[in-house]
Amino acid sequence: MLIDREGLQALIDALAGRGYQVLGPAVRDGAIVYDSITRVADLPAGWTDRQEAGRYRLERRADGALFGFAVGPQSWKRFLHPPIESLWTMRQGDDAVTISSAATTTPKFAFLGVRACEIHAIAIQDRVFQQGPYPDTSYAMRRHDAFIVAVNCGEAGGTCFCVSMQTGPKASSGFDLALTELLNGDSHHFLVEVGSKAGAELLEQLPHRAAADAHLEAAEAVVARTASQMGRSLDTDGIKELLQSNLDHPRWDEVAERCLTCGNCTMVCPTCFCTTVEDHSDLSGTSAERVRKWDSCFTLDFSYLHGGSVRSTARSRYRQWMTHKLASWFDQFGTSGCVGCGRCITWCPVGIDITQEAAAIRSTPNAGKGEQHGRS
Amino acid sequence: MEGLEHILTEHPFFAGFSAEHSQLVAGCARNHRFNAGEYLFREGGPANEFFLIRHGRVALEIVSPGQTPIVFETLGEGQIVGASWLVPPYRWMSDARAVALTRAIGVDAACLRNKCETDHHLGYEMMKRFLPILVQRLDATRLQLLDVYGKR
Amino acid sequence: MAAAPYPDPLAPQLYRVGRVRRELADTTTLELAPVTGPRPTFEPGQFNMLYAFGVGEIAISISGAADAAHFVHTVRNVGAVSAAIAKLEAGATIGVRGPFGTSWPVVAAQGADVLFVAGGLGLAPLRPAIYHVLANRPRYGRVVILFGSRNPKDMLYRRELEQWRQRLDVDIEVTVDHADADWHGNVGVVPALIRRVAFDPHDSFALVCGPEVMMRFTVSALRAEGVVSDRIYLSMERNMKCAIGLCGHCQFGPVFVCKDGPVMRFDKIAEIFAMREI
Repeated sequence: MLIDREGLQALIDALAGRGYQVLGPAVRDGAIVYDSITRVADLPAGWTDRQEAGRYRLERRADGALFGFAVGPQSWKRFLHPPIESLWTMRQGDDAVTISSAATTTPKFAFLGVRACEIHAIAIQDRVFQQGPYPDTSYAMRRHDAFIVAVNCGEAGGTCFCVSMQTGPKASSGFDLALTELLNGDSHHFLVEVGSKAGAELLEQLPHRAAADAHLEAAEAVVARTASQMGRSLDTDGIKELLQSNLDHPRWDEVAERCLTCGNCTMVCPTCFCTTVEDHSDLSGTSAERVRKWDSCFTLDFSYLHGGSVRSTARSRYRQWMTHKLASWFDQFGTSGCVGCGRCITWCPVGIDITQEAAAIRSTPNAGKGEQHGRS
Repeated sequence: MEGLEHILTEHPFFAGFSAEHSQLVAGCARNHRFNAGEYLFREGGPANEFFLIRHGRVALEIVSPGQTPIVFETLGEGQIVGASWLVPPYRWMSDARAVALTRAIGVDAACLRNKCETDHHLGYEMMKRFLPILVQRLDATRLQLLDVYGKR
Repeated sequence: MAAAPYPDPLAPQLYRVGRVRRELADTTTLELAPVTGPRPTFEPGQFNMLYAFGVGEIAISISGAADAAHFVHTVRNVGAVSAAIAKLEAGATIGVRGPFGTSWPVVAAQGADVLFVAGGLGLAPLRPAIYHVLANRPRYGRVVILFGSRNPKDMLYRRELEQWRQRLDVDIEVTVDHADADWHGNVGVVPALIRRVAFDPHDSFALVCGPEVMMRFTVSALRAEGVVSDRIYLSMERNMKCAIGLCGHCQFGPVFVCKDGPVMRFDKIAEIFAMREI
């Protein structure tokens, strides 16, 4: 099916009408972030991003594409797995202590403009939070109600490598509706693919028409062009074994000299899920609250044990993050933890590039082990 | 010295020793009995004997002036007491006190060192048995040094 | 092998402190009973998250018998939360989440010799397994308990060790890192005891708990005697926040200590066990 700009506005209105909080890309503070969207005009029309290791700039496009950029510093995890969440409060009465779980009303989210890599990232977090022995019930509620409108990328970012990770650029499943932007001079349409019953029902409400073969071909061409523009690549062949057998590789020392352990990568990464809990109490000591917050394995405190941290050096913390993302994640959840979105490369203040680090270790496996002994 | 030779070959330290070598060692050996509280040797004394414990328990201890002695290792049945006899200037580095009635075989150090010089095969067999003991003791001492049960 | 999940594994259940016993200068044992309802069942080796109101939460192994009506926890005062818990008196309220984690292989070990090797506070997480084995003594071969402490004064559960020693069907050897002349027992490290005690290394299960360095040396000594890696079990420890595998803090290589541990079979972690800062 095909819709135009009016159809897109109708889509936003229909979702809002059904009680969804519609979230989509918007320009703010020099970046494209996810914010509430009420009008098509709220979207970043005519904007694109120039991304490189440690660099992110917005630039004006020659055309008025609504989705002509890659991904920004935020990911959808900030809605599904919020940065701060109250878990419970406790009150100490005269004879008894009472505990009450945090209020569990969550808004229904509609995500407009979810990229293929982001769909995979959401699926990865689904596995983390819902497939263990203790599923996260608040995540499950937010996730269950979420309506996903995917967008197939028309432009690869400078640090993208979804092709290597087999997570894009085309969204193949995990959405209610998927749009491919077709912009040709004055003609501005969106090819719509239906991914679920809810998506089909919503599409029925919108002004739409059948797509011609030419539209289908154009959409395929958009995706193919994006796939050929990848800024990075990562050889995933045997990467788990490669990293797990090179835990003492000298490359870890090299990257440690650059890494500031600032944790930006973990904040922008759409799959990083680590949290901490904080126990607060008021001055009278009669009420207490536990709050869960995002945390990063790069902090010194993260692995605190018996008076010190298990991972006290930057070397060990960078190694932990990268081997978790590309190797241990397979042991834990059956897939890679990386979707090739490139955010960690773009937002690292010193431009450390996970694809470069992996390639360096791959090119000199078992380095640092020295010569062999004499055999006579 | 037939009785001693027999006792020696039964001791775990000498497992696999040839009859010829056992005889050589037995020729330097004598029986000992230490009552509880008696000292096998004192720190600074000449290390002219080493002991194979047949029965009992020996505490190795060191005294600092003004402090009660600290026991840093106990050795029991089947174990060897004394390594300083191997290394010049052949002086004991701690006190060795019998904690309970202890029976041991003492092997004359000078006698055995001479025999090892003459018969290098005997020397090598002795070294092969001594070194693992020393390495294990070193590892154990390091673990004690780490004070793993102490508070951080 | 976790117990059945609570309605909300993130919310502490309210418990009341019963008997409190000062074991050592810095170590206290508390008996905890639920304010309402029965205490959940647990397997030896599992732990609870204990919450001191307004202060915080820490993971403490359960160290009591399976058939007691209460949870027993031995806590060493090493930080703000443990200090607060150690100061609780009978009648105080405490929050408990759990039990969580994997357990000692007391069933798999039936028919074999069982070697309990404990160092310091490590005897506490092993004690429920010792209780289980002693309560089902005929099902096991030789039972050996090896225990190392800093010095005779700081020996945990000393009276109980003496009671166990009186049994004719258990071998116990204790040792201390150093002592004065009043001590007539062993002085030396626990791994040195392994070489001297009688057990069949080819048909034994070794259950080891103590400071990580002590466990490393112990595993070396066990393997040198011929005990195979898939019959050596350790209880690991890492920073814990959620205890249910969602916060990421307790990761040890690919393993989550809270749900893949704390009891771990050595062969599963052999490669990373001695690596630093994993």
